[in-house]
Amino acid sequence: MTHPDVDLELDCRGQICPQPVIELARRIGEVEVGRVVAVVADDSAARVDVAAWCRMRGQEYVGEQTAEDGTPAYLVRRLS
Amino acid sequence: MTDRPAAYLDAASSEPLHPAARDTLLAALDQGYADPRRLHRSARSARLLLDNAREVVASCLDVRADEVTFTPSGTDAVHRGLLGLVRAQPRRGSRVAFSAVEHSAVLHAAQWLSSMGRAEDHERVGVDREGRVDLTDLARAAATPEVAVLALQSANHEVGTLQPVTEASQLGDVPLFMDACASMGRLPLPEGWSAAAGSAHKWGGPAGVGILLVRKGARWGNPFPTDDRVDERTSGFENVPGALASAAALQAVVAERDEVNARHFGLIERIRSAVAAVPDTEVVGDPMDRLPHLVTFSCLYVNGEALVTELDRRGFGVASGSACTASTLEPSHVLAAMGALTHGNVRVSLTRDTTESQVEQLVAVLPEVVDRLREGI
Repeated sequence: MTHPDVDLELDCRGQICPQPVIELARRIGEVEVGRVVAVVADDSAARVDVAAWCRMRGQEYVGEQTAEDGTPAYLVRRLS
Repeated sequence: MTDRPAAYLDAASSEPLHPAARDTLLAALDQGYADPRRLHRSARSARLLLDNAREVVASCLDVRADEVTFTPSGTDAVHRGLLGLVRAQPRRGSRVAFSAVEHSAVLHAAQWLSSMGRAEDHERVGVDREGRVDLTDLARAAATPEVAVLALQSANHEVGTLQPVTEASQLGDVPLFMDACASMGRLPLPEGWSAAAGSAHKWGGPAGVGILLVRKGARWGNPFPTDDRVDERTSGFENVPGALASAAALQAVVAERDEVNARHFGLIERIRSAVAAVPDTEVVGDPMDRLPHLVTFSCLYVNGEALVTELDRRGFGVASGSACTASTLEPSHVLAAMGALTHGNVRVSLTRDTTESQVEQLVAVLPEVVDRLREGI
């Protein structure tokens, strides 16, 4: 991960929707407020759904990166 | 087995046959079998029925009879309408500028142009959170010299939001194709299109009948091989009983739509407010400027397929735009373009005879169904 604020990486490779978002909701509490969780997911719905989850749950969607193996990683900053 | 409600709530996929269409269809099957291009008595009877169907459709849609073509499906009408406009704009390029929430029939037609080497990249124009096209971006696309045609739906088929068709048609001298499949019959057609398409089974006609409208004076050329039939804009032997039954259904639907739409609008409002009260659920699409009979919502942490299956088990037939319910395994491009949650998605669309009691039963079971599915995660 190149983003400096990432404290937790969730490996959701092979999981289909809504599992990556469930995983994110379950584990975002493991990072401090202000820090970032990376959701690494190859399911195409995750791109839209991680950002939508942030909007619905009042967290910040930071953007998208690519993991070393080319899998997209969606970055979420914990705000509360 | 308990006494369960049987509620078909998927009219936006296909409305059950209207009673007026059933009677007409049965009569026309016996009288409209012959080739309407022949000169004998049976042929004249078939031709009369076909012309009658065209007149009725024209009158219901407030267009001229010579602007109406019956096609073998709504999809075919979309393809002919859009591609026929592109073909007839010789001095421009062959690109299409379309909203990101168009029906896949429009997207596939545009892709087909590309695959035939007739156009390179098309212009995909974004939408706002309600699914309404961005007119500024559409205007920018319309000013691109390579863009031959704008494609904009009258209303979105998944979320119900009405599109600013008339405003879009005034953005330049680029002709506009309007996919009106989601609204035809239910709402009057907006002004400004050069060609438009509809689908009879979405208003209560039989399947296998599409409506292609080409404005008098619009530049349009048949994009497919021609056929020697009554109407040179389409191909294949005329489906005379289907066309007449579709016209009868349309006439009935237009006559009763003020009453039906008002009732539907209120029932959908009831579902929207009930769903909004379910935690971690979002109702999608414009709450007011929308189709009267349709609502879409998404529930966090719920699998869309499981939701549809569980509602079906309880007697409610609904559609979903979630990836796990789609043949493509891709989430709905409409929801994605809007930035709406794509999982746990349900589309409810009312038929003309959906009752208040059915809607109340739906909103009564929904919170419990969503809760139960979330417990299982």
